[in-house]
Amino acid sequence: MKKIIALFVLCIVYNTYAQEYFPKNDGVKTTDVNYIVFKNATIHTSPNTEIKNGTMIIQKGKIVQVGTSVSTPANSIVIDLKDKHVYPSFIDVYTNFGIEKPKTKNTSPFGGNPQYDASREGYYWNDHIRPETNSLTVFKYDKKKADEFIKEGFGVVNTHMPDGIARGTGLLVALNNEGTQGDRLISKQSSQFFSFSKSAKSNQSYPTSLMGSMALLRQMYYDANWYEKGNATNTDLSLEALNEHKKLPQIFEAGSRINGFRADKVGDEFNIQYTIVGGGDEYVRIDKVKATNARYILPINFPDAYDMSDPYMSNLVSLGDMRHWNQAPSNPSILSKNGVPFSLTTHKLKKVTDFTSKIQKAITYGLSTEKALASLTTIPAKILGKENVLGILQKGAYANFLITSDTLFKKENIIYENWIQGRKNIVNDMSSINLNGSYELTIADNTYELTISGKPSAPKTKIKLGETKIGSTITYKNNWINLTLTDPDTTKTQYTRLSTIISKNTKFWSGKAILPNGQETTFIVKQKPKETSSEKKEKTSKIAHEKPRVIPVTYPNIAYGATKLPKSENILFKNATVWTNESEGILKETDVLITNGKIAGIGKNLVPGNAKIIDATGKHITAGIIDEHSHIAAAAINEAGHNSSAEVTIEDVISPDDINIYRNLAGGVTSIQILHGSANPIGGRSAILKLKWGESAENLIYKNAPKFIKFALGENVKQSNWGDNQRIRFPQTRMGVEQLYIDYFTRARAYEASKKKGTYRKDTEMETLIEILNGERHISCHSYIQSEINMLIKVAEKFKFTINTFTHILEGYKVADKMAKHGVGGSTFSDWWAYKYEVNDAIPYNAAIMHNQGVTVAINSDDGEMSRRLNQEAAKSVKYGGVSEEDAWKFVTLNPAKLLRIDDRVGSLKIGKDADIVVWTQHPLSIYTKAEKTIIDGAIYFDLEKDKVARKQIAQQKNELTAMMIKEKNSGLKTQTPKKKEKQHFHCNTLESIY
Amino acid sequence: MKKINSTISLFVLLLFFGNIVAQQTPAKAQSETISIIGATAHIGNGTVIEDSILIFENGKITTIGPKTTATAIGKTIDASGKHIYPGFIAPNSTLGLVEIAAVRATNDDNEVGNYNPHIRSIIAYNAESKIVESMRPNGVLIAQITPRGGTISGTSSIVQLDAWNWEDAVLKIDDGIHVNWPSPFTQGRWWLGEEPGYKANKKYDTQVTQLKDYFAQAKASLQSKLDTKNLPHIAMSGIFKGTKTLFVHADSEKSILDVISFSKSQNINKIVLVGAYEAYKIGEQLKQNNIAVLTSRTHSLPSYEDDDYDLPYKNAKLLLDAGVLVAIQNSGQMERANARNLPFQAGTVAAHGIDKEKALQLITSNSAKILGIDAVVGTLEKGKDATLFISNGDALDMRTNQLEKVFIQGRTISLETHQTKLWKRYSTKYSK
Repeated sequence: MKKIIALFVLCIVYNTYAQEYFPKNDGVKTTDVNYIVFKNATIHTSPNTEIKNGTMIIQKGKIVQVGTSVSTPANSIVIDLKDKHVYPSFIDVYTNFGIEKPKTKNTSPFGGNPQYDASREGYYWNDHIRPETNSLTVFKYDKKKADEFIKEGFGVVNTHMPDGIARGTGLLVALNNEGTQGDRLISKQSSQFFSFSKSAKSNQSYPTSLMGSMALLRQMYYDANWYEKGNATNTDLSLEALNEHKKLPQIFEAGSRINGFRADKVGDEFNIQYTIVGGGDEYVRIDKVKATNARYILPINFPDAYDMSDPYMSNLVSLGDMRHWNQAPSNPSILSKNGVPFSLTTHKLKKVTDFTSKIQKAITYGLSTEKALASLTTIPAKILGKENVLGILQKGAYANFLITSDTLFKKENIIYENWIQGRKNIVNDMSSINLNGSYELTIADNTYELTISGKPSAPKTKIKLGETKIGSTITYKNNWINLTLTDPDTTKTQYTRLSTIISKNTKFWSGKAILPNGQETTFIVKQKPKETSSEKKEKTSKIAHEKPRVIPVTYPNIAYGATKLPKSENILFKNATVWTNESEGILKETDVLITNGKIAGIGKNLVPGNAKIIDATGKHITAGIIDEHSHIAAAAINEAGHNSSAEVTIEDVISPDDINIYRNLAGGVTSIQILHGSANPIGGRSAILKLKWGESAENLIYKNAPKFIKFALGENVKQSNWGDNQRIRFPQTRMGVEQLYIDYFTRARAYEASKKKGTYRKDTEMETLIEILNGERHISCHSYIQSEINMLIKVAEKFKFTINTFTHILEGYKVADKMAKHGVGGSTFSDWWAYKYEVNDAIPYNAAIMHNQGVTVAINSDDGEMSRRLNQEAAKSVKYGGVSEEDAWKFVTLNPAKLLRIDDRVGSLKIGKDADIVVWTQHPLSIYTKAEKTIIDGAIYFDLEKDKVARKQIAQQKNELTAMMIKEKNSGLKTQTPKKKEKQHFHCNTLESIY
Repeated sequence: MKKINSTISLFVLLLFFGNIVAQQTPAKAQSETISIIGATAHIGNGTVIEDSILIFENGKITTIGPKTTATAIGKTIDASGKHIYPGFIAPNSTLGLVEIAAVRATNDDNEVGNYNPHIRSIIAYNAESKIVESMRPNGVLIAQITPRGGTISGTSSIVQLDAWNWEDAVLKIDDGIHVNWPSPFTQGRWWLGEEPGYKANKKYDTQVTQLKDYFAQAKASLQSKLDTKNLPHIAMSGIFKGTKTLFVHADSEKSILDVISFSKSQNINKIVLVGAYEAYKIGEQLKQNNIAVLTSRTHSLPSYEDDDYDLPYKNAKLLLDAGVLVAIQNSGQMERANARNLPFQAGTVAAHGIDKEKALQLITSNSAKILGIDAVVGTLEKGKDATLFISNGDALDMRTNQLEKVFIQGRTISLETHQTKLWKRYSTKYSK
């Protein structure tokens, strides 16, 4: 293919608009003050207004006048645009055009020495906060890339350095290939950029997690505020820049729906409304997207269909991913229908040249052309605060506009020219005559069949002599056609060359032919009646743009998601064995009534009222299981970048669409505490959840949740098993751990004192520690060895507070008396041991011994698998140490509720408590039992029968979607290889749960 | 009283030696005939004898049947209302190869090199491991000790779990060779910016070919009359002669199908699939090809988001339904400490659709058949080793798995462990 690319984008060289005060030494000074007048066009001045037969006048790169009755100045060049359309050129708000993204230094997460301090001086303490970055200083105009944008209709792009959490300012550039930097630069600091991702330019450890990034952003804003008031003794160029640019548009690269919510949450806390760069999956929870009140910048990298032709490979693709393929093209249309303002971006597209086809796809899926145009013109202009000069055709605006053959986004439409700052860029030659059709070509004695297709300015040919295909190449430029034919005898390397000027009469044309032997003759071309070829074309394009059935979203939008969220029901369970966990004990042949999400009655022969009756004869009913130590349903677990991370909270990073929530429900679990990991002595704050499968992150979190924080002791916090490089962070011994706590609590007391005096720098970490000291926040401390358990009790007593829970606490049995005396509970594993040195003395009798000493004991999981069998783990306390069955059952229900301070709401079957209950097929501690129904706040979230139905539906829907994908593949569309997505790792130093 | 004395003397010992004291002293050989009467005998082959009599002498079972069919001789144990089970078998374990996973010096399960058929697990088997002794109070009395890593991990051996040293522990030496079949999928290295999920392994076909080539090379070497010997190849000879079992660790449907065609092309008679998560999809083919499965851990999470929540629970059942010979193995996270939960893994399968006696077979007779030790263990049948125990209740349920007496080859086994000693020691502390 000898396609002549240069034809696509051809910039006409004008006299440069030399600035008037610049000296000139290479000739006389010429100033271009002429007007260019575009007449007879349909001018779309904005997405909703068009002027038929309009006239637009431009001069010096700006629009002078637009309208119908406009008089043409004398010094005008007039261009007739009869039958053509004029639109504002597009704006892309989110690019890194002309700026190279730095490459990560780190290659392996495990190699290299950790870096705890910043590598820069005079800037913020964290290298990933770089608001002082001025992207202009690294910007290099990229003509080649600009051509790609121009071809797709863009006139202006906003660009920035995509690196770091606070990324500094970007610049707004017109794609004026022939102009100077001075011409192009519309704004040198157009907007300020943020993300959750660390800078590639530094290896500074903190933050290692998403929640760490969020905490760091908050602290940055607190510090900026404090700095602005002149409290700092040092100069901080980062905070100065941040403050200086706070009035600019603030753009946040979230990259996914849920990260968008997280960014918006941080913004709301500081009265900042970010414009959110989304992930294309916003359609899944449109109500929440709407509630952010944010403007969005949406990528349109709709996924290609998966190649499902190999059934063994296609197994990798989950229903959730299959659905996303099917649903994602509706994303812009759904946002638009819900009134969420958004602009569309080329960001995330593999190639800028895919842009038009993706927009067309979005339109096929319901996006109106007006909204599509607005998302590329007026809305991005508004995001940038440039709505009077960009994205609109009016007096005073930049002369950035498109001349097209038809209405924009139509499949047949051709963009002829893209004018930027009054300079013409030819995308497709307007004067080109459309030659598409079938012809008879006669050269010497042969009559060939000639078919021309493709864009008028870049036609393609197919030639046949009888049944023989003849190779051919065609060029069409300045109305000259050059056509080369190979010889019908393919063994010979010889060509026939044709050349002619095309006139408007395409029915008959002729010109010079040079035969292989060098002889010159005349060729003749006659057009055949149109139809055959175009009919065929229509068919193929129809397949490509046919809108398949769009599967409705579920809650969550993956397998086992519900089409509707379950609602609280009034139910009377008849005749069950009821484990009350109260003084009544275990009641046989007893009824349980739940109404309005609460337990309303326990006893014999209860009156149902309006409740649905379920016969539970032979079944057991208990309170739902509560897991004191879980790490499911979170996008991050450890913030390991500092030895204290009290500033982070798991509540920031709840993942409500983790399938393990459903699997936990199937094991009778109704509430969990998601704890921070054990990477540091002072960990992060917990989240306490009800496992309401399908609800948003906020709705999973307990209302008025008690405040908890994770602490940790032993091998993990002293990094014993982290490899030889991790030996510099304090503490590296148990001795150091004690001093660390004393240091932090002492500092917290001092902080509190200065806070009371009124002058202080707000510090989230210290605020959290004060809560602990004042008994408002409770510690659940990962612990193994008796010495360190004893130590923390002493530290707490020194600072006059009580440790709430020792979690894991595998040597609790050695100091159970001390624990009981201090009043701390023990949440332990049933029988884990021997996986590291500090658990060598762990024994399965631990729970029993602690229990016998009066410690409130819970059995926890720390594991997404074990958590769904906590009833079995509780039963092990009967086996190891002879705990009574009634007490053993409390180890996974009432006792964890007490340890989490939610026992006033859950943990036992008592009138007035939340209806969080489980119906078991038999004795709940038996290996042979199954959770039949798991109910939270009176709503059934798991039901064995419904699970069966869901399995069938999943299989059916996967079948349907597989067929759709195979159809796409067979119609020649691009596919991607099957993949199984794993939990997203936020950053390389993210440590998976540490036991 | 005896027990208290030993606890006290141990307490004194601990003062001197800290926690490094070895396991319980192995039991002496059976000296007198023992009869157990009145128990519900779970034979391990699917049948139950209520009110039974079981007699064993010189380490072998001599009588088993209803109480009415024989008279008790020797020492008689009245086990009325209790249950007798054959000792549970833990295939594909690393018991005794690793003591504390996080302490490198205690790790002996994974040798360097990719093709290690000559590497023998039995050499590193620590008969005095504290983890090994903790198996016995739950009824796990026999284990296959299996090396890990590489494409061919090495040679396993089968041991009973009460011995002075590895030599005494052997039940069947060098029973099989373990192959980790290449995975058709690879995982993205997220720290290099790759997507963290799984996608097709482009090298899969090459890796399978390399494995086949290795078998061909080994076959050729075995014909060699030269003095130069290839130790790894020689170690493979039992596979070709049919005296050793080839254990192939593979999970996905595609790799399992490839294993089937591999076994046919290599003329390997004794081949067992290990793990085999997706074997349930092709049970019929496995049955036709007479390939047994040591199924993936019952207590594990489904591999795929869309899978049934209880798929790992019922995996063994699905294979049984298809007529495949199945037993449970427990490799994976914390596999050693967790091996004592084998009976409860079988119990969980029973909860998800099979008869309890069938579930029992998954850790007794079926395991013995698959490991080729069914002539001596796996059921309570005449002539077999008296490797068995008495439990107060149903041993597949942790609520009732309370062992009273344990015998290995007729020897009366201590139920004390490092853990029970600590339990007693600290219970004593608080009772003062």
